[in-house]
Amino acid sequence: MSMTEPVETMAEPWDEFDAPPSVVRTLPGAAPIVPKDSIAGRSLAVVVAIMTFLASLTTGAAMLVVSAASDWQSDVGREVTIQVRPAPGRNIDADVRAACDIARAAPGIAEVRAFTKEESARLVEPWLGAGLALDDLPIPRLIVVKIAAGMRPDFASLRQALAARVPTSSLDDHRRWIDRMRTMAETAVIACVAVLALVWAVTVLSVTFATRGTMAANRPIVEVLHYVGATDSFISSQFQRHFLILGFKGGAIGGGVAILLFAVAEAANGWLAGTPGGDEIAGLFGNLSIGIAGYLAILLQIVFMALVTAFASRRTVNRTLEAID
Amino acid sequence: MIRFENVGLRYGLGPEVLRDLNFGISGHSFQFLTGPSGAGKTSLLRLMLLSLRPTRGLISMFDHDTASLSKDGRANLRRRIGIVFQDFRLLDHMSTYENVALPLRVLGKEESDYRAEVVELLQWVGLGDRIGALPPVLSGGEKQRAAIARAVIARPQLLLADEPTGNVDPNLGQRLLRLFIELNKSGTAVIIATHDIALMDEYDARRLVLHEGRLHVYD
Repeated sequence: MSMTEPVETMAEPWDEFDAPPSVVRTLPGAAPIVPKDSIAGRSLAVVVAIMTFLASLTTGAAMLVVSAASDWQSDVGREVTIQVRPAPGRNIDADVRAACDIARAAPGIAEVRAFTKEESARLVEPWLGAGLALDDLPIPRLIVVKIAAGMRPDFASLRQALAARVPTSSLDDHRRWIDRMRTMAETAVIACVAVLALVWAVTVLSVTFATRGTMAANRPIVEVLHYVGATDSFISSQFQRHFLILGFKGGAIGGGVAILLFAVAEAANGWLAGTPGGDEIAGLFGNLSIGIAGYLAILLQIVFMALVTAFASRRTVNRTLEAID
Repeated sequence: MIRFENVGLRYGLGPEVLRDLNFGISGHSFQFLTGPSGAGKTSLLRLMLLSLRPTRGLISMFDHDTASLSKDGRANLRRRIGIVFQDFRLLDHMSTYENVALPLRVLGKEESDYRAEVVELLQWVGLGDRIGALPPVLSGGEKQRAAIARAVIARPQLLLADEPTGNVDPNLGQRLLRLFIELNKSGTAVIIATHDIALMDEYDARRLVLHEGRLHVYD
């Protein structure tokens, strides 16, 4: 059948055949096959934005905790303590000096600092009160030994050398504390990973169900496309593209806000540095920076969220088509 | 063009709604498909539109055994068939022009290639001045004409119409019938499913009557 020929030869079934000649020039632009700004579509974008924001916050927080736990461990592990106890017939000041010399001579030691009598008094002040005369009490003296970055001193040799020259001394490498710290850090990391996994599961499920809900509103479009001869791949690709963009927009909004929040937190941490509150926060969470890896992780989440949305829409379209066929 | 041999259809484990259908539809033909409500007219149309699979029997369309066709093969055959629904099924976010042009877009044609053709067809069905209107503002008759235009824009060899006059007044129904007759004269085989006796009396054509799941043909 030719549509050109019939118009000329066929009787016109309609009387009001008088379209203005300008009509061809004033045709509206081609509308997308899947409507862009539906209420269901906007709702889906909001759901994706909120869930991406929450997932990004969880990811960033988990990275901060993991980083802080690692910092706590390394901070404790970078320091050892020599304790010199007073003993009858021995000069404790001479013993402290000797122990300091031995420690300084050991390889891998960055800094050795003996606590003065006053500093030692301040350490026991909470229990024994102020104005204490240390000479009257057998208070041990502490020497803080800082280990050079990346070095691992031979503590066994150091311990032997100390025992030989200063028998009243003992070396505490904080092993007990490090072990406890490691257990705590590992627990924190496991908890973070578990929370992250849960948040991600909820995110994927809620986005998938929201996409299915939105797709239900588009079922008439799927049916019409099917009936006018569109192949299944054409229909699903139309929806997949639409929902990929929709998911990306929602994800970009949620992830973008999360990135902004972490950037502000990082900047605020810099502004507060040196203040008591700032130092407390820095002590607990480090510099509050999720780093390049953190920002990249959030960007990847945005892309992942868009892919989840597109995949869910494709699956729903395929199910709809199977139901129609 | 279409051949049904011992075709039966049931939904799920229910009784057969269509049974032992044996008939053919030849090219350029015109027929009414009729029968009481619930007789299976729409089911039969959906079988012909390849949107349902028979539970038994053989359906041959355009020299293809439909049982052996792939999904894409069925979609390709569907492009040779135009369908008009009683409830129009126009897409509300698209203008009349875009709705009518949809089958051509699906075929991958460029808008510049089909623009004049779509406008010409819209003018022919009397919608020349409603080109940019969205379906919600069209009257029932305008919607039906737009649906008919969409069904024939890709020049199908077969036009299926499911109760095309069910939602319009008798006068408009007669005019729509004229439209179908003109389309048939241009070479398209037409099957109109209706239970409107008065409409069928308007035009002397072959009648396919469904009764209790069986088809009776009156040439």
